[in-house]
Amino acid sequence: MIAALEVTPAWYLILGALLFSIGAFGLLVRRNPLVMFMCVELMLNAVTLTFVTFSRTLQDTGGQSIVVFVLVVAAAEVVVGLAIIVALLRKRPHATADDIALLEG
Amino acid sequence: MIQVELVVFVIAGAACLAGALGVVLSENPVHAALSLVGTLFGVAVLFVAQEANFLAAVQVIVYAGAIVVLILFVLMLLGVDEMEDLTVEPLVGQRIAAAVVSLGILGLVFGAIASTGYEATGVVGEIDADVADINRLGESLFTDYLFAFEITAVLLVIAVVGAILLARRPVGDEIIDRGQDERAEVIAERMAAAEARAGGTDLDESADADDDEADDESATEEVSS
Amino acid sequence: MTDLVWLIPALPLAGFLVLVLLGRRLGEPGAGWLATAMCGGSFLATLVVYAGLLGEDEHDRSVVKTLFEWIPVGDLQVDIGFLADPLSITMALFVTGVGTLIHLYSIGYMHGDRDFPKFFVYLNLFIFSMLMLVLGSNMLVTFIGWEGVGACSYLLISFWFTNEANASAGKKAFVTNRIGDWGFLLAIFLAFSSLGTIDYAGVTAGAEGLPAVTATAIGLLLFVGAVGKSAQIPLYLWLPDAMAGPTPVSALIHAATMVTGGVFLMTRVNPILAAGYDWAPDVIAWVGVITALVAATIAVAQNDIKKVLAYSTVSQLGYMFLAVGVGAYVAAIFHMVTHAFFKALLFLGSGSVIHGMHDEQDMRRMGGLRKLMPVTAATFIVGWLAISGVPPFSGFFSKDEILLYAWGSGGVQGKLLWGIGLLTALLTAFYMSRQVFMVFFGEPRWNDPVPVAVGGGGSDAPADDLGEAATDADAVEVADHGEHGDRIEPHESPWLMTLPLVVLAVLAATAEIINLPFSGDLHFLGHWLEPVLGENEAHIDVATGTKVALAVVAIIAAVTGILVASLIYLRRRVKAVEPRVLAHAWYYDETVTRFVGGPGTKAFEAVAWFDAHVIDGAVNGVATLVRTSGRGLRTVQSGFVRSYALGISAGVVVVLGYFLTRLYI
Repeated sequence: MIAALEVTPAWYLILGALLFSIGAFGLLVRRNPLVMFMCVELMLNAVTLTFVTFSRTLQDTGGQSIVVFVLVVAAAEVVVGLAIIVALLRKRPHATADDIALLEG
Repeated sequence: MIQVELVVFVIAGAACLAGALGVVLSENPVHAALSLVGTLFGVAVLFVAQEANFLAAVQVIVYAGAIVVLILFVLMLLGVDEMEDLTVEPLVGQRIAAAVVSLGILGLVFGAIASTGYEATGVVGEIDADVADINRLGESLFTDYLFAFEITAVLLVIAVVGAILLARRPVGDEIIDRGQDERAEVIAERMAAAEARAGGTDLDESADADDDEADDESATEEVSS
Repeated sequence: MTDLVWLIPALPLAGFLVLVLLGRRLGEPGAGWLATAMCGGSFLATLVVYAGLLGEDEHDRSVVKTLFEWIPVGDLQVDIGFLADPLSITMALFVTGVGTLIHLYSIGYMHGDRDFPKFFVYLNLFIFSMLMLVLGSNMLVTFIGWEGVGACSYLLISFWFTNEANASAGKKAFVTNRIGDWGFLLAIFLAFSSLGTIDYAGVTAGAEGLPAVTATAIGLLLFVGAVGKSAQIPLYLWLPDAMAGPTPVSALIHAATMVTGGVFLMTRVNPILAAGYDWAPDVIAWVGVITALVAATIAVAQNDIKKVLAYSTVSQLGYMFLAVGVGAYVAAIFHMVTHAFFKALLFLGSGSVIHGMHDEQDMRRMGGLRKLMPVTAATFIVGWLAISGVPPFSGFFSKDEILLYAWGSGGVQGKLLWGIGLLTALLTAFYMSRQVFMVFFGEPRWNDPVPVAVGGGGSDAPADDLGEAATDADAVEVADHGEHGDRIEPHESPWLMTLPLVVLAVLAATAEIINLPFSGDLHFLGHWLEPVLGENEAHIDVATGTKVALAVVAIIAAVTGILVASLIYLRRRVKAVEPRVLAHAWYYDETVTRFVGGPGTKAFEAVAWFDAHVIDGAVNGVATLVRTSGRGLRTVQSGFVRSYALGISAGVVVVLGYFLTRLYI
């Protein structure tokens, strides 16, 4: 029976969905800012996987182009985000995401 | 005959999921970063399986090679590598709500996929199968999406400038790294404990411990300079 | 000529405005002369309009002059306009005429008062309001005048407001009037909703088509208003207290003009009364005649010179409502005119006495004044004879006509009404004679140490009645007469005060010529008012012999009253009977006070509680709701980024779900 199983695009989509939801859960639950970043990267990866799948099934190169852009943007985002975290943590070395609540007026 | 694609998918998929769970569940952020690398590799393999070879390469180079390294840099640099206490959740009900939300998203996407009859519906394009994917991608980027391409170049420049500005030490700012003092305390404690245990009989061990201590101290000194 | 009808109220209004701005500068007596001139000018204007109406043909004697559109809202069209027709011009004539005489009198009476100009400001405003009332072309303009005279009455009653009793009396008058006004307002609403218009022209035209229920409702609601304004039972209790005001005020407002407003209103809407049930006018007649009787009984036991006249006014107004109730509108108006003359005369005369007695109002301290105040006495006696119904003075003719129509209204009820009216006439003669004898005849008592009740053989009116009468009378007419010290030397009043008395006396003696009963041709007033009254004027079928007999009986009643009074108060042969219950006005005032203070207050408090907690509570509740919900919602803004992230994710799920379900379900 296993021999008859065929990998359809749906499988990739489902995998992407799983990755995305795991990433979302992690983002909401973790407090360490860098781990939160990593969860965001997880989600982005899920999205790129989905795009590539659709690009192949729909025979459209646009999907792959978008993946390129996603990559670029993710890189830029990581750079800037980490710069912010560096600036923050220099002053307050053990800050977590919850400590931003101290900014509340 | 078991299909190659099936085997590849199963292995790569398992790697992805294991990595994802590792990111979310690791207490140590460095372990999380490493798990992320696992996921990224898995995704790259899946790209290859989908005949997006170029993208797989780019994924490995940019994501696993650059972004994760960056994250690790910052982790080590700032000492954010301390363990997070995962047993505690300061916000009431956050975990449950998070679980509900992520399950909701999962369910909805499943539903969307199922409703199409597990087929991809949408506008079907035309691809010349003879042309390599990298050629196709290049053509698409430089003709259809040229403007977006140029904008991303600008975006990168802005990101670099912004990062330099944000992460720069303000002029005349004192270097305060309280973490260093704590670390020195911890090390001193451990030293005392080790000496108490050893009783000063094992010279090698104490010598090793001294070396370790010296390494530790020099490492912290380097960090602070 | 009739176009000048707007001038009639305009002149007093102008006087009011000028005096408001410049009154203090004009001072005494300039302000008074200006006010009198304005009122006199108004009288002349009325004469001109009257002449104009006379020149018109009988059927064209209703002229409406609209000044401007006031409320054009949907179906409601209310203009500020004047209706010059026989009824309104008759009213305007005696209002302005008597008003001018009283203005003249006031210049002398208020001499030396600190607020001399203010008095004339209010007087002119009053004349203006009264003229709006009688000349209005629709119910709303009448109502404006109605409210205006109520307000001026309040202002003038409490003219010497530094005395708390005076201020209270003013408030009492205003509040009691308000109850009547409620009825008037409801009638206006009802008239508009059923007739679509509140113009008198439209109302008279449409009244026939009204269902009897509606017509009765409107008529009786207007009667409620009239009861308040004209001091009938049960809303008469403000009028005796209103004697706290200066005497010219009592003469003008509470005798000649304002209180007649109710009778005028009922006459004006006579088509509506005719279109209602038959029992509705009977109600009016009975209320009138009972009020007349009760007031007369109270007047018998009063010791304040003005209080007697106040209750007498209530009683005579009852006669007018009796007339209206039996359909004798002409008789009602006739009596109104003659009453205006002789009642104003009596009040002004009493004012003259008070002035001469240096603000003494208790009749037990007077006596024998006819030698010292001859003009006052002579004119007062003319008024006395008129009100008592002694021919050939005018009061006899007008009162007799009312009694005749009562008798002729038919059935047992008619005879009963006549009988009660006759009894009241007897009492009227009695108490007025009592007053005259106590004040002008007999021995002077003003220098006696303690006021004792007058009358042969002592009386059972104990000393505390004096206290009650004195404070009730609010006899604090503060005028500048201190120089005579304790020993009072009564003197005659100046010509400013006696001239109006003489004029009024002449009028009271001769006013009957406007409506003599001897022949149809002499019924001037009846013919004059015919366009207004039309079919609704009652026609009685009484033989001439019966008429003469009734007249004779009335004369006998009057003479009897005078004789009995003379026996008691002049010749001191018979002991005076003045029971306390009458002196206290049947304890009506006390009952009302106790009710309002007791259950009434509880009811008011309940209403106030409702207003504070339910109505205000609803408003405040909205605010409280906003505040508490805001406080609750504020917790969402915790500052925790992860909570915000959770919110965003939840939103994503919702939006996704919405689109998916929309597409696929």
